[in-house]
Amino acid sequence: MAKLVYDDNGRLLFTKEMKETYTLLMPQMLPVTFALMQKLIQLEGYKVELLDTNHRGIIDTGLKYVHNDTCYPALLVIGQLIEAVNSGKYDPDKIALMITQTGGGCRASNYIHLLRKALAKAGLGHVPVVSINMSGLEKNPGFSLGLRLIRRMVPAMIYGDLLVHLANQCRPYEVEAGMTDALVTRWTDRLIALFVKGQGLGRKKMAPLMKEIAADFAQISLTGEKKTPVGIVGEIYVKFAPLGNNNLEDFLLSENCEPVVPGLTDFLLFKIDNRIEDVALYGGSFFKKKLAGIFKGYIEGLQQCMIDAVASQPKFRGLVPFSELKAGVGGYLGYGNKMGEGWLLTAEMIELIHAGIPNIVCTQPFGCLPNHVAGKGMIRRLKDNFPQSNIVSIDYDPGATKINQENRIKLMLASARRAAQTP
Amino acid sequence: MPIKIGIDIGSTTVKVVLLDEENTPLYRVYTRHYSKVREAAAEQLRQVADRLQGQDVRVLITGSAGLGVSNASNIDFVQEVYATAAAVEKYIPGTDAVIELGGEDAKIIFFGGTLEERMNGSCAGGTGSFIDQMATLLDVTAPELDQLSLQHEKIYPIASRCGVFAKSDIQPILNQGGRKEDIAASIFQAVVDQTVGGLTQGRELTGKIVFLGGPLAFLQGLRDRFVETLELDADHAVFPEHADTFAALGAALCTDDVAPMPFEELLKRLDESVQETGLTDTLPPIFASENEVEDFRTRHAKAAPEPVDADSYRGDAYLGIDAGSTTTKLVLITPEGGILRSFYGSNKGNPITIVLEELKQLRAFCGDRINIRSSAVTGYGEDLIKNAFHIDLGLVETVAHYRAARHFNPQVDFIIDIGGQDMKCFKIRNGAVDSILLNEACSSGCGSFIETFAKALGHDIAEFATLGMLDQTPTNLGSRCTVFMNSSVKQAQKEGAGVESISAGLSLSVVKNAIYKVIRAATADDLGQHIVVQGGTFLNEAVLRGFELEIGREVTRPTIAGLMGAYGAALSAKDFEGDTGNLLDATALGNFTHMAKPGMCKACTNRCSLTINTFDGGRKFISGNRCSVPLGGERGTEPNLMRYKYKRLLTMRGKGDGTGVRGTMGLPLGMNMYENLPFWFALLTKLDFEVVLSPESTRELYQKGQRTIPSDTVCYPAKLLHGHVEHLIDMGVDAIFYPCMPYNFDEGKGDNHYNCPVVAYYPELLRTNMPRLAGVRYFDKYFGLHRPKDLERIAGDFFLTEFGVPKQETVTAVRHAYKAYENFRQEVRGEAERCIAYAREHDKQILVVAGRPYHIDPEINHGLDDLICSYGLVLITEDSIDHLVAPEKRKVLNQWTYHARMYDSARYVGTQPDMELIQLVSFGCGIDAISTDEMRDILEAAGKLYTQIKIDDISNLGTVKIRIRSLIAATEALRGRSAL
Repeated sequence: MAKLVYDDNGRLLFTKEMKETYTLLMPQMLPVTFALMQKLIQLEGYKVELLDTNHRGIIDTGLKYVHNDTCYPALLVIGQLIEAVNSGKYDPDKIALMITQTGGGCRASNYIHLLRKALAKAGLGHVPVVSINMSGLEKNPGFSLGLRLIRRMVPAMIYGDLLVHLANQCRPYEVEAGMTDALVTRWTDRLIALFVKGQGLGRKKMAPLMKEIAADFAQISLTGEKKTPVGIVGEIYVKFAPLGNNNLEDFLLSENCEPVVPGLTDFLLFKIDNRIEDVALYGGSFFKKKLAGIFKGYIEGLQQCMIDAVASQPKFRGLVPFSELKAGVGGYLGYGNKMGEGWLLTAEMIELIHAGIPNIVCTQPFGCLPNHVAGKGMIRRLKDNFPQSNIVSIDYDPGATKINQENRIKLMLASARRAAQTP
Repeated sequence: MPIKIGIDIGSTTVKVVLLDEENTPLYRVYTRHYSKVREAAAEQLRQVADRLQGQDVRVLITGSAGLGVSNASNIDFVQEVYATAAAVEKYIPGTDAVIELGGEDAKIIFFGGTLEERMNGSCAGGTGSFIDQMATLLDVTAPELDQLSLQHEKIYPIASRCGVFAKSDIQPILNQGGRKEDIAASIFQAVVDQTVGGLTQGRELTGKIVFLGGPLAFLQGLRDRFVETLELDADHAVFPEHADTFAALGAALCTDDVAPMPFEELLKRLDESVQETGLTDTLPPIFASENEVEDFRTRHAKAAPEPVDADSYRGDAYLGIDAGSTTTKLVLITPEGGILRSFYGSNKGNPITIVLEELKQLRAFCGDRINIRSSAVTGYGEDLIKNAFHIDLGLVETVAHYRAARHFNPQVDFIIDIGGQDMKCFKIRNGAVDSILLNEACSSGCGSFIETFAKALGHDIAEFATLGMLDQTPTNLGSRCTVFMNSSVKQAQKEGAGVESISAGLSLSVVKNAIYKVIRAATADDLGQHIVVQGGTFLNEAVLRGFELEIGREVTRPTIAGLMGAYGAALSAKDFEGDTGNLLDATALGNFTHMAKPGMCKACTNRCSLTINTFDGGRKFISGNRCSVPLGGERGTEPNLMRYKYKRLLTMRGKGDGTGVRGTMGLPLGMNMYENLPFWFALLTKLDFEVVLSPESTRELYQKGQRTIPSDTVCYPAKLLHGHVEHLIDMGVDAIFYPCMPYNFDEGKGDNHYNCPVVAYYPELLRTNMPRLAGVRYFDKYFGLHRPKDLERIAGDFFLTEFGVPKQETVTAVRHAYKAYENFRQEVRGEAERCIAYAREHDKQILVVAGRPYHIDPEINHGLDDLICSYGLVLITEDSIDHLVAPEKRKVLNQWTYHARMYDSARYVGTQPDMELIQLVSFGCGIDAISTDEMRDILEAAGKLYTQIKIDDISNLGTVKIRIRSLIAATEALRGRSAL
C-alpha cells in the first residue's frame, strides 16, 4: 500500500506515488463512449479499468452499503465499485476509485460522499476516491484533468455519440448480424490509435473523419424492414447504463423496435449553459459567464461537425444542434430548471416527437426528484400539444421487477403499433 | 373458420374466452391459479377439449403473468390494456372511459379525442390484492367486507397511495374500536381515490364510464364508492356482465392476424412450457440438511421461561397484555417468571372482544387459587384496553420488550422484534433503551405479509413457512415494500419458481428488509454482541435461520418469541409500585358491554376522527384525539414553536401597511412559502398589492387538486399545492405569485444553498398540469434571494414590465422585505429563547423538531406538535437554534439550506443536556436519504438518541406515539429516572 496522505478536512488523497502503482476503477455508464475515455486516461499514464460487471451481486452490495432510499444510480455505481474491490480480482491495497461529481442541486452531487461513507462501512477506508469534475472540486496531487485531457475527452465524447447514433440506426436492420458492432469496434480501435498519436482532434481533423465514419456506417447493408423507433430519455444513468435500465435497449430490439437514444454532448452543453443562464437569472460574474460561453461555443462547433457528418448520409436520421433543442422547450420549462437533467429532458422528448418518434420511454430512478417535474410532470402537456405522443414513464429501483416494467413498455408499444396502422 | 381463443393470465387468476367467427362468445371461464400459471391455463383448455378437438384455433395470451407463459410456450402475446380497449370498443360502443381493477394492476383507458391508456406505476397497490389484504386484516372474506361496507355511517380518511400505507391507517382505527362497517367503506373509498387521483393525471373522468375487472364485478360497495365519487348516474356508470373477462375477450378479438394452429398443438406448447424453468436469480439454501435443522432446534429450545405446573400452582400472579396491531397476546406469570397461562390470537379486528373473552376465562382459571396482584398492558390498543378493563399500568412496547429480553439474556445489547405489522429494533446501552428504529410505513415486510402470501398461494402460514426450510434454491425477491414484493413473486412465478422457493425467498426478504433497510447495518457488529430476536415472525424457523446466516452470528430467540411484549408487560406489572389490583373481577367482566361510535372533533382544523367508546355503566373512552380538548381538557399549554410560527405566518395576508391599490396577489401557502412568506408579504404589500393567502391545508383541499397531480410518488407537501392553487383561482385573485427558486437564502453554513428540486421547480409543474391556470395571471418566474443586490435590479425589471411599478419603488420594497424577513427570523429565535427559559424554569425536557419549514403545516404533520406537547415537552424548531453553533464542514455535500440548518441544530442539541431532537421526513423525499444518516451520525457522536419520523398523507399518529413515548422513556431511563 502506498503512504496514505489526507488533506485538511480529512479527505484521503490520491498521491503521485499512487499514480505509479495503483489501478483506478471506473464505473460503467455508456459503453462505447466510456471505452474511449478509459483509453484517454490511460494515455495520461494512469492505470484505469472500466468495470463491465452486470449481475445481481452489484445491487445486493449496493443495498448493503448505501442508504436504501438513496437513488438507484448511486446504489448501482457504488455497488459496482465495492463489489469489484471485494471480488478478489484486484489487490485492495493498490486500487483507487473514480467517480464523477456534478455539483448541482440534486442528490447526485453526493455520490462521492456516499461512496466514501460506504467504503468506511465496508472497512475499506484506505481506498482513495478520485473525483472527476469540471468545477475544480476536490483536487488530488496524483490526478488532474489537464487541459490536454479535457481537449481529448470532449472529442471522444462526440465521437462516441456519433458512433452510438449511427449504430442504433443500423443494428436493428442489419442483414448480417454483428456487422454494426464490428464496425463500432473497428472505429473505436482506429480512433484510439489516432489519439495515441495525438491525431483526430480539433474541428478541422474531426469534420472529415466523422464524415468517413458516417459513410462507413452507410455501407452496412440493411434489410429495409419497418420497425418502430422508440426514444429513450430520462435520468442520465438509467437512461444509458444497461445495468441501470435492465438492458432496456436489448429488450426494445427484441420487440422489433429501434432504440433512439439522445447523446451525451447535449447534456454537457446543458450543464455549461446552466452557468450562463444562472448569471442571466440571478446576476453574477460577467467573466465566468463569458468563459462558459467560450467553452460552450467550442463544443457547439464540434457538435456541428457531427451534425454535418450525419447529414452527409441522407439515409440516416439527422441530429439537431443544442440551440434548437433549447429553443423547443420554451413554454414548458424555464432555463433555470437545471437540477438533474432539468429542461433538457423535456427538450429531448419534444425533439423526438418533432423527429417523428412520438413513442418514448422516460426512465428514472424511483423517487427521482427533478424528474417529477421535468419528466412525469411534462407528459400531460406534451399529450395535449402533441396528441400523437405516446410516452411511458418507467421507474427503476432495486425492488422493481423487469416484468412490470416490460409490461408497461409493451402497452406503449401496442399503442404505437395501433397508431401506425390507423392513418 | 378457426375458433378464437383469448387467455388472460393475471396475477391471481386465469380467464379463458372462446369466440366463434362472428365474435359470439361460446365459452368463458375464470379460476384462481395459485401461482401455477401454466398448469392452470392448460387445465382450463382441457375442459373444453371435446369442443375443440381436431380443430384449428387462433390464440393470444394476455395478462401480467401471461408474458412469461407466452415467451416460454411460443404463443403470441397481446398487452392486456390494449386487448381490453379492443373488447370495449366492440361490445360497448360510445364509451368515454374504462376503469379496470385487477389483482395487482389498475388501469384506465380514455376513449374519445385521443385514446390514452394508463396503468398504475410500480408503487400503487390499491387493487384486488389490496382489498384481499385489508379483508384479512379485518378477519373477513372479501364478500363479507363488501356486505359490511353497505352499512357504513362514515368514511375515515385512509391513505390511498399504497396498500402498506392504508394498513397503517386502518390498524389504529381498529384498535381504537372503530366500526368495521365504516372501515370497510373507507377501504373502498381509498381504492377509488387511488384510481382517480393516481391514474387520471389531469384528464377529466366524465361521460359514459365502463367498470371492469374482478373486484368491480363482485363488490357492490366498491361500485357505490366509484359512482358516488364520480357523480355518475345509471346511464353513465356501466357495469357489464362478465366484467372480469374483458381482457380475455379482447385477446380473442385481436386474434385475426394470428396464424391458426391445431388445438392439440396449443395444448402441447402449453404443456411443454410447464417443464421449462428459467430460474436464474436464487439464493443459498436456508438449511442444507435435516441434521442442521435438528441442531438448530436444540440450540433455540434452551431459551425458555421457568417451568411451572400451572394446574396446581397457588399464589400470586401478574398479568401482561400486548394488544398488538394484528394479534392480541396475554400472559399470566408467577413472580419467578413461569408461565401459568398464555394466549396468542388474531384480534379479528376487535381487540376488546378478544381480551374480554380471555379475561373471563382467566378469572375462571384463577378462581381462589391464583391472585392476580397487578396487570399491565402495552401495544397499539394500550389506551383502549387499559380504560376498558382497568389495567393498572400502561407502557410503551419498546420498554416492555426490553424488560422481557433482559429476562432471557441479561447482557442483551440489541433487540429486534418483528411482529405482524411492525418491526422494532433497539440498542441497549448502560441498561437503557438507547437507539430505536421502527420500520417505515413503506417497508413493513413483516409477519402478516408472509401470511397474506401464504393464503394467496393456498397454504396456512405454519405450513407455508416449513415448505421453504429445506429448499435448495430460494428465490431472490429483493428487499423492498410489499407492493414490490408482489411483483417480484409474480416474476418468480413467471420464471417457474415453485412454492417452496418462494416461501424461502419471502422469509429471506423479510430478513434483508430488517437488516439493510430498517436497521441499516452492514455487519453483525453494527448490531451487537448479545442479540435477542423476538416477535411472532421469528417463530418462523426459516426467518430465524435466515437472520443468523445474514448477520453471521447466533442469536437468542426465546421459545415464547411471540409473547415477549405481554411477558415483558407482566414482568413490568410485577415491578410496578403504584396503585395495583384494579383489574375488573369476574362479576364486572360478566356485566361488561362496549359500544363504539364514530365522531369528529371540531375544536380545531386538525378535525380528528374520534371513536367514542362507551362501556357498561356509562364509562366512556374517546380515542383518535391528538390533544385533550375533546376529553374536556385544555389544549396543551407547553410552549410550541411550530404552532407559534404557523399562527404568525397566517397573519401575513391583506394589505399590510400598503393601500392594496395594485390589486390582489394570491400566494399558495405551501412548500417554501412557509420560509419566504415574511419576505414576499413585506415586498408585495410595500408595493401596494393586497396579499391573498390560500386557506389552511386540509384533506379536502388536497382532494380538490388531486386530479391534476402527475406523479403519485412526489411528497405530500408538493401534492397539497394543487389544492392551494385551485382555491386561489376560485377566489378570483388578480394574479397568483409562486416563483421558482432553485436557490435559497445563503446563510453561509454549507457548501451551497440550494432548495430541493421539487421546491425549486414545482411552480412550473403546476403551470403545465393545471389547465385552469391558463386563464389566470400566474407568475412562476425564477427569483434568487441569495443575491440581494441583483434581486433589486431583477425584481425591479419584473414589476416594471408586469405592473408598471417604478424601479426605485421596487428597490425600496426589496430592501424592506429583506429586513422584514430578518426580523421574523429574529422573532422566532427570540421566542425559542423564551421557550427554553420556560423549560428550564419548570424542569421540562426540550424537544427540537427538525424538518422543513413546511412541516409546521398541521395537515402535513397531522398535529404531531400538539401530541408532543401533550406529553409535557417543550417544542422548538431547527431554525430557531441553528445559529448557536459555528459552521462546520460535513462529511456529505452540505448544499441545501434546510439541511444545513438541521445539521447545525443537531450539533447544538448535542451540547445541551436537556434537549433531544426528532427529525421529520416526508415520504418520498429523496434528498433526506442523505440527511438522515448524517443526522444520526451527528447525534450519536454526541451521545444523543436519533429518532426519525416519516410522514405522509397518513393521518394517524399511532406509530408516532410509540416513537415519542419510547424517546421519552429512553431519555428518562438514561437520566436515571423510572421508565415511563
